[in-house]
Amino acid sequence: MADGFIGASVKRREDAKFLTGRGNYTDDINRPGQLHAYIVRSPHPHATIGKIDAAKALAQPGVVAVFTGADMAADGVGGLPCGWQIHSKDGSPMNEPPHPPLATGKVRHVGDPVAVVIAETLSQAKDAAEQVAVTYKELPAVSEPAKAVAAGAPQLFDEAKGNLCYDWHLGDKAAVDAAFAKAAKVAKIDLVNNRLIPNAMEPRAALGEFNRATGEYTLYTTSQNPHVIRLLMGAYVLHLPEAKLRVIAPDVGGGFGSKIYHYAEEAIVTWTSAKVNRPVKWTAERSESFMSDAHGRDHVTHGELALDKDGKFLALRVSTIANMGAYLSTFAPAVPTYLYATLLAGVYTTPLIYCEVKAVFTNTVPVDAYRGAGRPEATYLLERLVDIAAKETGLDRAEIRKRNFIPKTAFPYQTPVALQYDNGDYPGCFESALKAADYSGYAARKATSEKAGKLRGIGISTYIEACGIAPSAVVGSLGARAALYEVGTVRVHPTGSISVLTGAHSHGQGHETTFAQVVADALGVPMESIEVVHGDTGMIPFGLGTYGSRSLAVGGSAILKAVDKIVAKSKKIAAHLLEAAEADIEFKDGKFSVAGTDRAKTLGEIALAAYVPHNYPIDTVEPGLDETAFYDPKNFTFPSGAHICEVEIDPQTGTVSVEKFTAVDDVGRVINPMIVEGQVHGGVVQGIGQALYEGCVYDAAGQLVTGSLMDYCMPRADNLPKFAVTQHTTLCTHNQLGVKGCGEVGAIGSPPAVINAVIDALAPYGVTHLDMPATPERVWRAIHSPRASRAA
Amino acid sequence: MPSVALTVNGRKVSAEVEPRTLLVQLLREKLGLTGTHVGCDTSQCGACVVHVDGTSIKSCTILAVQCEGADVLTIEGLANGDKLHPMQEAFREHHGLQCGFCTPGMVMSAVDLLKNNPKPSEREIREWLEGNICRCTGYHNIVKAIQAASGQPVS
Repeated sequence: MADGFIGASVKRREDAKFLTGRGNYTDDINRPGQLHAYIVRSPHPHATIGKIDAAKALAQPGVVAVFTGADMAADGVGGLPCGWQIHSKDGSPMNEPPHPPLATGKVRHVGDPVAVVIAETLSQAKDAAEQVAVTYKELPAVSEPAKAVAAGAPQLFDEAKGNLCYDWHLGDKAAVDAAFAKAAKVAKIDLVNNRLIPNAMEPRAALGEFNRATGEYTLYTTSQNPHVIRLLMGAYVLHLPEAKLRVIAPDVGGGFGSKIYHYAEEAIVTWTSAKVNRPVKWTAERSESFMSDAHGRDHVTHGELALDKDGKFLALRVSTIANMGAYLSTFAPAVPTYLYATLLAGVYTTPLIYCEVKAVFTNTVPVDAYRGAGRPEATYLLERLVDIAAKETGLDRAEIRKRNFIPKTAFPYQTPVALQYDNGDYPGCFESALKAADYSGYAARKATSEKAGKLRGIGISTYIEACGIAPSAVVGSLGARAALYEVGTVRVHPTGSISVLTGAHSHGQGHETTFAQVVADALGVPMESIEVVHGDTGMIPFGLGTYGSRSLAVGGSAILKAVDKIVAKSKKIAAHLLEAAEADIEFKDGKFSVAGTDRAKTLGEIALAAYVPHNYPIDTVEPGLDETAFYDPKNFTFPSGAHICEVEIDPQTGTVSVEKFTAVDDVGRVINPMIVEGQVHGGVVQGIGQALYEGCVYDAAGQLVTGSLMDYCMPRADNLPKFAVTQHTTLCTHNQLGVKGCGEVGAIGSPPAVINAVIDALAPYGVTHLDMPATPERVWRAIHSPRASRAA
Repeated sequence: MPSVALTVNGRKVSAEVEPRTLLVQLLREKLGLTGTHVGCDTSQCGACVVHVDGTSIKSCTILAVQCEGADVLTIEGLANGDKLHPMQEAFREHHGLQCGFCTPGMVMSAVDLLKNNPKPSEREIREWLEGNICRCTGYHNIVKAIQAASGQPVS
């Protein structure tokens, strides 16, 4: 690979517009004649819908229309589809109740959309919405999954008896139980992986526009995957062929998974724009986002780890209840199953694993993938159990991990939970982290904290994850209804500039810069000659979008396949222009030359010839220089790493402060170190947020208590230190770039490092576990009444 | 409908507004200055920070009519033609932004910090930014950018 692009911290092209206020986010877009939509949402967690009387609302100034679920149903609008089907232990398919864009018959969570008011201005729509009279008959509600599956619980759906979506498992239970029976020691834990609200800084928005002349719809939406929205909304909801539906995801202000899903509001603005014959625009208010964006995590788990007398892990058994919320969001069923249980080997040689998961409907907002999606849940369980195992066996927490790492020579490594890891160096990475964190110098730092009246603790997390999703046939066999390849087009224009079209989407990741680096390196051309295009289904053939840390691993590989096709075609053209045999043409640094001579043509000269084929092998080679490739990955990719966290706790107030955080991650080849570090910083802070600050709370009656940023604590600059982030690299063996993906590792490795540090700090008080978030109140209570808050 | 007259980025403007119209709505909807963003509805997030009469203010928490006669500076007015303001340049140099949504408010807030405290410590920077939430960067590079813009060593 050429010097200067791969591995270079090239400054981002995206920054110029964002720094000067020239971003083009969905709410910045205004279409001529547009109307504004305001959604009427249920204030009740569970109720039947009687009459919806819109007469007063329709009489308000500026109001153009009011639509309900009945209106959409009468027009044949379908329900929001689920993209992954899980089967239960008995082989039966999951319960899959309908999910209409506007609730019909019943509302099932606070915030469930019931009607849409469309008016000339947003204020008019909002004012009129208060006049829409919905007759609700309240029903008992249930917000906790364990209560929802219990006998006598309020039933959300006729289609889901006992509020059960599925009861799934993975692994050989008999073999695992037999191993437990012979174990020298067993470490056990009951823990909660707390429900989170993604809160990307840009609230969701959607703008639908119908063109009466062409019969085409255009939807602008804050999406991580516009082609997926076109497919799902077109095929399942509005019954429109792709050729009549263009979806544009312009600048998007963060996603973290929450902007993957096909949401009701997208269908609502698209459908209504044709009904009212004017563009319809909707933007969420933040507290509206709280009750309409998919939430994350929300598992309750019992885990047990069987150990031999030397602290070797013999077997793991896990039982989890996962909250699906009131409806199935697009990927929800996959998150606590194939994105979770398959990671329970972690970086360890545990030979036997059994995991069972009950997924349950409750009167809460739908839950779906959020940064890490299943892998933070697996890692948190494992790393807490390992610390408890260390205590059970009397081994040092670093030592017990070292005894169980998969060695560097063991690859490819087949885990007992379906996944086969390609490559990694867990012991080496761990040593790197211990050194970088000055683990051996910890005692002195602890003494300093104690002299100042503070408790200090250090926590380790060694993790692996599976991303770069995914081989289509594999996920298809596991219940995915979609495929997960990616698409790239490399279009060399007649005058030599290059458009790179990608189905991946950048909403903070910097693809416009990094993808240009990759192509500049591969083609030996200046970065300035390359334009990366994403986000518009009207310009890009197809794509599956950005999530699951797949953009470079899958999207980048597709682009490189297209580059290979460009180079192959260019060689044929060069051979003709240079009057040489194709086999004698070499390609290096942007030039096609005859081997052993200095006779060469640049890519630019080839391009001009391709589009003006006067002197050209026209009988065997078509004009043009424009290639598309679809790349289906051979395997997941497996980033891994070690995070080490030190916290100080003020015993008077229970306040936990992160004093030091070291992350050493193996993300495969690093294309732009600055961007990789930025991704890790952001992920680590979301993980620290989960561990110490964030938690979505519903009361027992189903009311959303944490309804705005007043009550949901986001990590802020004044609660955080700087981070020490480095990499310990082993290359992915199955993609051309050798990349593994770095978008989610920060959020996966960090929560257990923080909580393990907190528990370490609280050891003098006999505290063995605290659930996240370890708020000052929880920590203070643990210190002051240790018996009350120990363990579960 | 009342009208309000003020100066925005050096230009005198006036508009008819409802009494309840927020400054951020006036900027975004009437003046087409969409660089200032709305990220929340409880005055927490800071995506809407602009300068009013030289001081950083959350434009979601001030009514347009309260700005009668005021001198408002938004992110669009910060650069000098093609030449970025040193704070903008520092954010670019140190990768202080990812999705860019919090960035205008973050930059405007940081510019006011350095007006008040030209050589802030890391602690002072972080406390000043308590009213600016970023979900992408973890603040690490934002702090570095502000340290650099203040001419101090980047720790």
